[in-house]
Amino acid sequence: MTLTTAEAVTFHDLSGLMSRMTGAEKHGPAASSTLDALWVLYDRVLRVGPLSVEAADRDRFLLSKGHGPMAYYAVLAAKGFIDPFVLETFGRYDSPLGHHPDRTLVPGVEIGSGSLGHGLPLGVGTALGLRAQGLLDPAVWVLIGDAELDEGSNHEALAYAGSTGLDRLHAVVVDNQSATHGWPGGIASRFTANGWSAVTVDGRDHDALYEAYTQPHQGRPHAVVAVVEPKN
Amino acid sequence: MSTATTTMTMRDRFISTASTLLDEDPRLAVVLADISASGFEDAAAAHPDRVVNVGIREQLLIGATGGLALTGLRPIAHTFGSFLVERPFEQVKLDLGHQGVGAVLVSALGSYDWPAGGRTHMSPGDVALLDTLPGWTVHVPGHVDEAELLLRDAAASDGLVYVRLSLQTNAAARPVTPGRFLTVCEGRGGPVVVAVGPVLDDVLAAVEGLDATVLYASTIRPFDTVALRAALADRASADVVLVEPYLAGTSTPFVAEALSDRPHRVFALGVSREELRHYGTMEQHIAAHGLDARSLRARIATWSGR
Repeated sequence: MTLTTAEAVTFHDLSGLMSRMTGAEKHGPAASSTLDALWVLYDRVLRVGPLSVEAADRDRFLLSKGHGPMAYYAVLAAKGFIDPFVLETFGRYDSPLGHHPDRTLVPGVEIGSGSLGHGLPLGVGTALGLRAQGLLDPAVWVLIGDAELDEGSNHEALAYAGSTGLDRLHAVVVDNQSATHGWPGGIASRFTANGWSAVTVDGRDHDALYEAYTQPHQGRPHAVVAVVEPKN
Repeated sequence: MSTATTTMTMRDRFISTASTLLDEDPRLAVVLADISASGFEDAAAAHPDRVVNVGIREQLLIGATGGLALTGLRPIAHTFGSFLVERPFEQVKLDLGHQGVGAVLVSALGSYDWPAGGRTHMSPGDVALLDTLPGWTVHVPGHVDEAELLLRDAAASDGLVYVRLSLQTNAAARPVTPGRFLTVCEGRGGPVVVAVGPVLDDVLAAVEGLDATVLYASTIRPFDTVALRAALADRASADVVLVEPYLAGTSTPFVAEALSDRPHRVFALGVSREELRHYGTMEQHIAAHGLDARSLRARIATWSGR
């Protein structure tokens, strides 16, 4: 596959971009569990691009679930943040693209992640920091996994953001049912019980994702639970 | 041993100084986890978006501090040392330094300030933990006025700064320069003693007549290698005594590195690794760790053979 910035990139190009990292033709559900959720965010929702990665009023996307970042890198390459040729260096000593992302190495990557449970607290601080500087428009999005939600740090952030109505904060929970003990009562209920707006959608349905992402949620942070195929 | 003779503690001065700085510097933010929140009520009313109390959530305390810094603010996070450095240590490692952002962490209670509260509220290992991470400046003021000076310096800088406040204090402030040891007294034949923060008065009382040079460290990281080497320059032997109000030996590797090119001896005094499992007063704990003037004198005199 060739790809230049002049060509319009579509969702169907992402598989080819991921192949440049793996060398494989096809990718299992685990590697691509976040692919649709990420694509719809970057293609239709986030107001950030390669030229605005330093702009104070950009939207922030924080990949908290740093595991399996190939889908993330593929979307960043498709949107022009990363040269597609760099994808082929994935995981090498001198590559900016590790198996967990490092924000200091990749333009457009807002946080370094890998250890689970750090994105949502960082997102809370980011939303507070923007508000304190009068930047009331930028949205902060944090992507976490259903198993990542096991980490207690998420619940500190979740409770605080809900109680204080931190409405520029958004969470996307990609649910591939990989949490060892599950979430009886559903993941969305953890958010709504804490004062969030929350909606659960098919994580492969782009229009449903878009509708969920753009649902009004005045005065409350907003969570979108994107359900995909079970990991196991 | 000297204890607080003024009514204002370093923690009180932190609250008043940070509140003033919030008025002066729109880049500054204070992040709390309930501890000292009542002291910041006026500041929070004046700056509701820049005084953040996350509740009793210390992982969020540091995570939110990292997020604030990512947006370009200069955050100051504060609680007791146990809950600021030890409990959320991975957040300190990843949400600050690893993200490439700076912040100021201001702790209270130190190693033995509230012994009646027991082990849960003691953090003798805080500086040693930070020593495992790159880039941290560590200030250990020995007086409220030094605390204000060092807090202002920390707030005005961009890096990772830890300010370790204590109820233990010296009788008078010294004319310290952030980042530098101060030569308080010069001897010729005795050891060079590095006294960190609030242990200075007891150290000075202890070394009287021992012909020691006393270097006062209100900043212990970076370690002022130049000052230590200069103090030892004209001595035939290099005998160094460290007196630190936290885990004994915390700075020993830094002395070894500073003197790697010459034979030397190090005697490292500080808080013992073993739990005392006693309550009581700060003075009793300082004595139990052998850090009161009488104990210091006996230990230093014996070690240095004077």
